[in-house]
Amino acid sequence: MTLLADRPAVVEEGSDHEHGAGPSGFLKWVTSTDHKVIGKNYTVTAVIFFLLAGAMAMLIRAQLANPDSTLLSQHTYNEMFTMHGSLMIYLFVGPVAFGGLANYIVPLQIGAPDMAFPRLNALSYWLYLGGGSLMMLGFLTTGSAADFGWVAYAPLSNSINTPGAGPDLWIVALILTGFSAIFTGVNLVTTIYYLRAPGMTMFRMPIFTWNMLVTGILILIAFPVFTSALVLLWCDRHLGAHIFEVSGGGVPVLWQDLFWFFGHPEVYILALPFFGIVTDVIAVFSRKPIFGYRGMVFATMSIAALSTSVWAHHMFTTGVVLLPFFSLMSYLIAVPTGIKFFNWIGTMWRGSVKFDTPMLFAIGFLVTFLLGGVSGILLASPPVDFATHDTYFVVAHFHSVVMSLVMAAFAGFFFWYPKMTGRMLREGLGKATFWLMLVGANVTFLPQYLLGLKGMPRRIAEYAASDGFTTLNRISSAGSVLLFLSVAIFLVNVVVSWWKPIPAGDNPWDASSLEWATSSPPPHHNFLKIPPIRSQRPVWDYNHPEDRIIEHAKARPGGFVASGGVGTVLLADVNVDGEDTLETRDPDR
Amino acid sequence: MKIESYVLLFVGFFFGLVGLVYWLWSHEDAGSVMLLGTFLLGSVPGFYYLWWSRRMRPRPSDDPDATLEDGAGVVGAFPGSSIWPFVLGLGATFVALAFVFGAWTLGVGLFLAVAALVGVVYESRRGGLV
Amino acid sequence: MGIPGGAKLRRVARFLLFSTIALALGGCTLPTFGGFRGATTQGQAEFKLWSWMTMAGLVVAAIVWGLILWAVIAYRRRDPDKMPRQFHSNAFVEVIYTAVPLIIIGVIFFYTVKTENTVDALAPHPAVTVRVTGFQWGWSFSYRDPQGKQIALVETAQARPPVLAGNPTSAEYPQFVLPLGETTQIVLESADVVHGFYIPAFNFSRYALPGVTNNFDFTPVHTGVFAGHCAQYCGLYHAEMLFSVRVVRPGAFQAWLSTQPASGAAT
Ligand code: HEM
Ligand SMILES: [Cu+2]
Ligand SMILES: [Cu+2]
Repeated sequence: MTLLADRPAVVEEGSDHEHGAGPSGFLKWVTSTDHKVIGKNYTVTAVIFFLLAGAMAMLIRAQLANPDSTLLSQHTYNEMFTMHGSLMIYLFVGPVAFGGLANYIVPLQIGAPDMAFPRLNALSYWLYLGGGSLMMLGFLTTGSAADFGWVAYAPLSNSINTPGAGPDLWIVALILTGFSAIFTGVNLVTTIYYLRAPGMTMFRMPIFTWNMLVTGILILIAFPVFTSALVLLWCDRHLGAHIFEVSGGGVPVLWQDLFWFFGHPEVYILALPFFGIVTDVIAVFSRKPIFGYRGMVFATMSIAALSTSVWAHHMFTTGVVLLPFFSLMSYLIAVPTGIKFFNWIGTMWRGSVKFDTPMLFAIGFLVTFLLGGVSGILLASPPVDFATHDTYFVVAHFHSVVMSLVMAAFAGFFFWYPKMTGRMLREGLGKATFWLMLVGANVTFLPQYLLGLKGMPRRIAEYAASDGFTTLNRISSAGSVLLFLSVAIFLVNVVVSWWKPIPAGDNPWDASSLEWATSSPPPHHNFLKIPPIRSQRPVWDYNHPEDRIIEHAKARPGGFVASGGVGTVLLADVNVDGEDTLETRDPDR
Repeated sequence: MKIESYVLLFVGFFFGLVGLVYWLWSHEDAGSVMLLGTFLLGSVPGFYYLWWSRRMRPRPSDDPDATLEDGAGVVGAFPGSSIWPFVLGLGATFVALAFVFGAWTLGVGLFLAVAALVGVVYESRRGGLV
Repeated sequence: MGIPGGAKLRRVARFLLFSTIALALGGCTLPTFGGFRGATTQGQAEFKLWSWMTMAGLVVAAIVWGLILWAVIAYRRRDPDKMPRQFHSNAFVEVIYTAVPLIIIGVIFFYTVKTENTVDALAPHPAVTVRVTGFQWGWSFSYRDPQGKQIALVETAQARPPVLAGNPTSAEYPQFVLPLGETTQIVLESADVVHGFYIPAFNFSRYALPGVTNNFDFTPVHTGVFAGHCAQYCGLYHAEMLFSVRVVRPGAFQAWLSTQPASGAAT
């Protein structure tokens, strides 16, 4: 299934040797402005934070496996769930999506040579790494790491209730990563608006790229609010600003408003990229075009918009918010989400579904996310939320969601790993990872729904034997062991792929979007040749001429229909004074 | 450029509407202000793009029939590699540290940040690796 | 163009729907799905909504899971050389699955607002008023007469508890008392950070929010002792910010009230 006969031999190690004098090794890591290098750096860093946060989750589950547990002190436990949540949300799921996979894939999918602002892109990464390191530095301070929960509700987060350097580090770390995210958002939107290849109209972009555009805009809406709120919190702690303090005439609940105005869109900043991955993976492994493409785009935009008007559904039990408004807006999100679900099913419908690992993970996502969605609808009803707020029911709800996103992330890893490295991951190990994760996630989190309904509050370091929470907690902890194994097997898979490589070729999955037209890994500045773009599936059209859908094509010389020819992009990639000037040229002239 | 502007105008339109409803219904300040801000975030660049899309030369990336030759010419200038983002990021991290420990790191951080700004400006003036 | 397999699926869906409704109506009592039935009138209203919504949710989920499973099994790749037909939209189906969820949501929203108004309704003349204050790490329950004068006080004795949490209903933790069948108004406040006043069996929680006073009513319908927790994380000993509530007949309530000191330290 090769796209082009005359492509250069697959480059074994590193992709920019044809570039000549580019630095390598450590210097490359520090100085590269190539979106592929930065994307890989982001991915690896984010996965490291995932492993750290996962280790904390294992400690949490170990603590809760027994009643009256004294494995961790109350204080340590509080640190653990705070840092577990913070690392997972701020440093893993978001960055791995918009900093890692999107950074790597979006320019490839639209036929761009790089992100629009490569230096800014590099700065995003360094701010992210700096911020992440500062947050972890909290563990080394004499006090402790942050221990006010990942939401840092005022006034618990003030300098009296949680004094010390750990919480301060948490605040400044998130200011840094906040700027990092904003820069990435700007970069994504600009790249998608300005660097698309000729013929790559907006409605031909892969859904992943569409979702990253919307995610980028959502980042620009949400993160500035959070970053400024953190600055205000810092002022409260150090300058006595009393913005969130009753004593100085401030309003504690204002923090919750600001936080959740960021926090709920953040949930979709985390989710939309993975919706995009799943959409594309399902289409590829069903050998069909996406069902309801435009509906999908519209649904993404509606979800993003609605998600920014539901923030106070996290504040139903404050007693000071407009319940019907936020309840209705939350319910409405179910409509575009439903559209997406049925489009996913429609894409598989009468297709030819092949169960390679990425597809298995995508199906795992569907199954698990549905559960999170249904429990989310329940929580959007204020009376039901009164009964379940801040219990394990909520913990179970959002873990159904985030574990489905983790599965989608793995779908993305398995799908694009060959593109990023030129090597395949092992299918057998991949399938083991999948089944352990699917079973593990549900064994871990289904019992937590019941625990919440029985009245177990979240964020408690211990419970009494007589509470009747023990059995379900044990089942949950056992499930988390399966999750641990699943991730361990994934790491083995990566090691094996380095130790005994199986070359991937350019397009191992018979996929359809532009990133599969170039070599694996792609060369510096991405493309030596680009096929004509005449539909949402340029590579598919090229490989399956009899099965293409060309909705709009005047037969123009050099166009796809007329000649089936291959255009050539990027001939002049010369390093003049350290800057590469890229030109597109007509191959025939 | 039209679809691009519609995407942003959709944001403006949606939050204009929702912001208005929310304000009239709740009279709550914080949320209304944030919704107003979001309305502006969508509509200001959205209208600018719309205005601009009428004036600009059509772009090959908006033309469903464009061929690669239509896009022939300079795509842009991209830096090969640069040390300055790293230096600036390090500087910012040190500055951030100063807001926790109130210490000498502020000087180091500011020095690195300024050096990076100067470096980046010179780099894009005259080029030059690292 | 119709969706093949649709008729079969519709039949399955109809079966699921009807069997659930039959179960619910025929069985007379609503299924709990693990939740509490509610020991107050407000909690019972919540329970009804919870049960119906969960049923609806599970039916929808079952249909969608079924469709996913069907698609995955029926359309698995059997012949690697056969290319499926490349269809990519169906306006009719797409409109249906946009419109139907909208209708479902309309119905759910209607009942949500109705229930919410029941749960949040405040009686103009409650029989009892209790001012509840959350603090790090405990609760105080101050009974007030109609003039606002404190007539009884129950509070946490040990704000810095020993390291292991006990059962909320044990004597280490404060227990306040409510009269059966009468409406008690709770006036909820916080002395420091945000706490969550949560009684699982009442299907209810509400933040104790600094600077804000929250009012809500309980009208208990069962006697008994019920556990209470702080639900909103409030710092080091959050796990031990426990209490309980005992519901007794009105006569016993008056007797209990008269034995309580108007101020100070009985727990
Ligand atoms: C890998 C398996 C995981 C396990 C076993 C796990 C376990 C837990 C548990 C038991 C809690 C509740 C702690 C408490 O309330 O006392 C928790 C909280 C949380 N988890 Fe996870 N988790 C996992 C993965 C994730 C992922 C992937 C994410 C996000 C992407 C995530 C985000 C959170 C957040 C935000 C909280 C709330 C923290 C807080 O209350 O401040 N978790 N986790
Ligand atoms: Cu939310
Ligand atoms: Cu608490």
